[in-house]
Amino acid sequence: MSQDRLAIIALQRFGLGPNSRSIKTISHDPRAALLAEIRSDALALVDKTLPNTARAIQMITEIEERRRVARAAQRTTAQAAGAAPAQQMAAGQMPPAMEMQPSAAVPSANAPAAMMRDPDEVTLQDVMNAETRARLEHGIAQTCGFAERWVMFWSNHFCVATRRGQIMRSTVGAYERETIRAHAFGKFHDLLAAVETHPAMLHYLDQRQSIGPNSPMGKRRERGLNENLAREILELHTLGVGGGYSQADVTSFAKILTGWSITGFDENIDGYGGFLFAPNRHEPGAHKVMGKSYEQDGKAQGLAVLADLASHPSTAKFIATKLAKHFVADAPPPQLVAKLERNFKETKGDLASLAKTLLNADEAWAAPAKKLKTPAEFVISVFRATAEKPDRPQQVLNALNQMGQPLWNPTGPNGHPDDEASIAAPKAIKTRLDYAQSVARPVAARLDPRELASELFGTALSSETRQAIARAETRPQGLAILLMSPEFQRR
Amino acid sequence: MANPLYCEPASLTRRGLLGAGVSFFAWTHMPKMASAAGARDPRFLTVILRGALDGLSAVAPLGDPDYQALRTGIALQKDGANPAIMLDGFFALHPSMTNFARLYREKKATVIHAAASPYRERSHFDGQDVLESGLGGVGRVDSGWLNRAMAAMPKGEKIATKGGLGVGTVTPLIMRGSAPVLGWAPQRLAEAPEDLGRRVMDLYAAKDPVLAKALAAGIKADELAKGGPALEQGGGERGAMARAATGAARLMMKDDGPRVAALSYDGWDTHANQGGARGRLADLLGGLDGALAAFEKELQPVWKDTIILVITEFGRTAKINGTEGSDHGTATVAMLIGGAVKGGRVIADWPGLKDNMLHEGRDLRATTDLRSVMKGVMADHLGLPAAVLGDAVFPGSQALKPMSGLVV
Repeated sequence: MSQDRLAIIALQRFGLGPNSRSIKTISHDPRAALLAEIRSDALALVDKTLPNTARAIQMITEIEERRRVARAAQRTTAQAAGAAPAQQMAAGQMPPAMEMQPSAAVPSANAPAAMMRDPDEVTLQDVMNAETRARLEHGIAQTCGFAERWVMFWSNHFCVATRRGQIMRSTVGAYERETIRAHAFGKFHDLLAAVETHPAMLHYLDQRQSIGPNSPMGKRRERGLNENLAREILELHTLGVGGGYSQADVTSFAKILTGWSITGFDENIDGYGGFLFAPNRHEPGAHKVMGKSYEQDGKAQGLAVLADLASHPSTAKFIATKLAKHFVADAPPPQLVAKLERNFKETKGDLASLAKTLLNADEAWAAPAKKLKTPAEFVISVFRATAEKPDRPQQVLNALNQMGQPLWNPTGPNGHPDDEASIAAPKAIKTRLDYAQSVARPVAARLDPRELASELFGTALSSETRQAIARAETRPQGLAILLMSPEFQRR
Repeated sequence: MANPLYCEPASLTRRGLLGAGVSFFAWTHMPKMASAAGARDPRFLTVILRGALDGLSAVAPLGDPDYQALRTGIALQKDGANPAIMLDGFFALHPSMTNFARLYREKKATVIHAAASPYRERSHFDGQDVLESGLGGVGRVDSGWLNRAMAAMPKGEKIATKGGLGVGTVTPLIMRGSAPVLGWAPQRLAEAPEDLGRRVMDLYAAKDPVLAKALAAGIKADELAKGGPALEQGGGERGAMARAATGAARLMMKDDGPRVAALSYDGWDTHANQGGARGRLADLLGGLDGALAAFEKELQPVWKDTIILVITEFGRTAKINGTEGSDHGTATVAMLIGGAVKGGRVIADWPGLKDNMLHEGRDLRATTDLRSVMKGVMADHLGLPAAVLGDAVFPGSQALKPMSGLVV
C-alpha cells in the first residue's frame, strides 16, 4: 500500500478527514501520527466560556423559578379579572417533558419561531450553539482527529439526548467534557462510574425519580421504582443484550440504584449539579444481581455493581465488537475483535491500551473502505477539507438533523447507528448533496477543486473522481463533487 | 447491540424464495388481475410508535375489575372532566383521540388489543427489530416485512413498480430490502441543482452502487414532492407529526408516487409522569390522532382503498411504576384505520389483568400474534397469498393464520 493510501486510511477511518496539509504532515508514518494522539490533553476541550454542569443546572433552576413566578402572577391577574384560569399554556411554560423533539421523521433543532422568541429559549439555544461551535473547532484543530473520534464513539455509546428537556440542552456539553473527555483514555470502570453518576445521565434515564418502595420516602409517598437506567446500563453500556442478565437482575439493580440523584435540583443542598445520594429514597437491604449479593450501604452498593459489570467478560466482548464495527467494518474481522477483547480483559479495561491495540492491528488497516462517514464525521471533515470556520453552528445543527443524526440527540439511548444500511438512507444522502452544494458555493471563490483534491488525497484519488471534478462546469460544482465523492464519503 | 447473526450474507428474501419453491414462482407469473388487489390501486401505510405505546392507556379496559387499582392516578374514567370514549361495553378510547373515535363510529377504524409481536424480552431495540423484520424472534435485520411484501408482488403490480416510501432521514428496517424505496422528510436546506445531482450520480454509477441507489431515491422523492401547497410550519410537536403525515400522503397521491409507506413517531417510552386523560401521553396520542386526520384529508380520493396500520414494539407494565409512568411490558394495542378497514370493533381475546394472568406477573399477556394482523391485511388488502406470507414475508409463520375479516 502506498504511503498516501495509508495516510488516507489514518485520516478517514481513524480520524476526521484530511485537510490540505495532512498528507504532507503524516504520510511518512501515518500510524505514529494517530498513536501520538492518545493523550489526555488531546481529549480535553478547555473553554472557560462554556458552562459546567453546576452552572448549567443553576441556569435551569433559575428559568423554572422565573416561570413559576410568572405563572403565579398570571393566576392572580386572571382571578382579579374574574376570568377562568388560562387554559392554554404559553410555549415557555410547558413542563420539561413537553420539550421533547417530535420524531425521527421530523427532526427539529429548528424550534418553531414562536418558541424562539422566549428569552430562555434563546439562552438555551445560545448554549447549544456555543457548545456545537467549540466541539467543531476542537475537531478541526486536530492533526488527525483520532482522539476526537474516540470521544465521539464513547459519547455516542454513553449517549444522553437534548430531546429530554431543557436540563439536557444546558448540560449535554458539560456532560461530555466531565465524563467522556475526562476518562476516555483512562480505565473503562472510571468512565462508567463517571457517566452513571453524572446528573445528565441520572436525568436522561429517569434515575433521579426512582424511589425504593421500602425506603422512608417510598412508604410515605407511594412512589417507587423506575428501572430505566438499570436496564440500559446492562443492555447498552456494559454487558449488551444477551450478556447474561434477566428481568429479575434489572429490577434488583434498579433497587440498588435508588437514591442516586442530583444536588440542587431535587433537594436544594450542597450546591448545584453534583451527585446526590439520598438515603431516604434508597431501597434498604442487600440485593442480588447476576447471582451475587451486594450488601454494601448507600452509593457504594451501586458502585460495586458497576465495578463488577466493568470487568465482566460480556462487557469486554460487547465493547470490542462495537469498537471494531464502528471504526473498521459492519462485519469486522473476527481476529480484530478477538485482539480487542483480549486486551480489554488483560488490562482490566485500560482504554488507552485498547486504542493502541486498535491502531496497531493490521486487520484494522487492511479492511476495504466500506464504512460511510457518520453525518457528524462528514460535517467536521468538510470544515477540515475546506478550511472553513464553523461560524454558523445553527446551520450545522440543522444539517445534522436532516442527515438523520442530530448532534447529542439520538432518538433512543442506543445512540446513533453507524452501519451502512442506516446511514445510506435516501433522504440522508440527498441532504449531504444539498449540504455539499451550500458549502461549496462561498468557498469556491478561494479554492480550486482540482488542486484541493490532490492536496487532500494525493495519489489515493481515483481517476474517475479526478475526472468528474475536472469536468465540472463551475468551481462550486467541482468542489461539491469532491465532497460527495466515494473517497471523501467512505472510510 | 450485539447481534451475532447481523452480518450473515444470504438475504432473507432469497431464502424465502427458495423455500417457497414452485408454488411461489408460479404465482408471481400469474396474470395481474388474478391477485386480490387486482384492478384496485390500494394504499397501505404503517405507522410505528417507537418507545412502546402503553396500550392500557390508549384503549383502556374500563370493564376490567382490576384496571383502576393497577392504574391509580392515571386510569381513564367514564365520567368527569375528560371522560374516556366508550368503544363498546368494555373498552374505552383515550379522550385525546377524537378523530379515531369518529372513524370508529363510521366503522373505518379497528383496535386489536392484547396483541404483541413474538418478541418476549424488553429491549426497545430488539423489540423494534422483531416488529419490523417480521421474524419469529431476534435474528437477522437486513430486511423488513413490508419491503419483502413488495418484493413478492407479481411483476406489473402498481405497488411493486412504484416502490415504497420511508419517511424520515433513516430508512426504517421495515422498509429495507431489495424492493426499491424512496426516502422523504420535510426539507430545510436549499436543494442542489439537478446538474450536480446528475454528475454525482454518474460518479457513483461507476464507483459506488450503494450510494448511487440511495442518492437516486432521495432525488426522486424530492422531485415528486415538488409543487403543491407548502407544508404549514409551526405547531410544535403536534404540527411536526401532522406535517410528516401530510407530506407522506401527498407523495402517495402522486400518479408516480409510492403506494406503500412507513413512518415512525418517537417518544412513547413513558417511564415517568405519563399522565392520564391529560399529560405527556395524552399529548402524543393527540398528535397521532391529528396525523391520522391529516392522512384522511390528503388521501381522500383514494381513502376507500387505504389502510393505515399503527403498531409499536411492545406494551408497558400493567401496574404503574413508582414514578407515575410504566416500564417495558409485553402486549399492547394495534390499530387499523382507513376506508378499506372493516371497523367499528375492538378485536381482543382479553386475558384479564389478574395477577396470575399477567405475563411474568407484570405485563398484559399477549393473546394475539401481531403477525396474524399484518398477514390478514397483506392478504386481503394487497392480495398476497398465505403461502407467500408464511414464507417470504413472515418466514416460518405458516402455522399462523392470517386474521380474516379485517378488510372490507
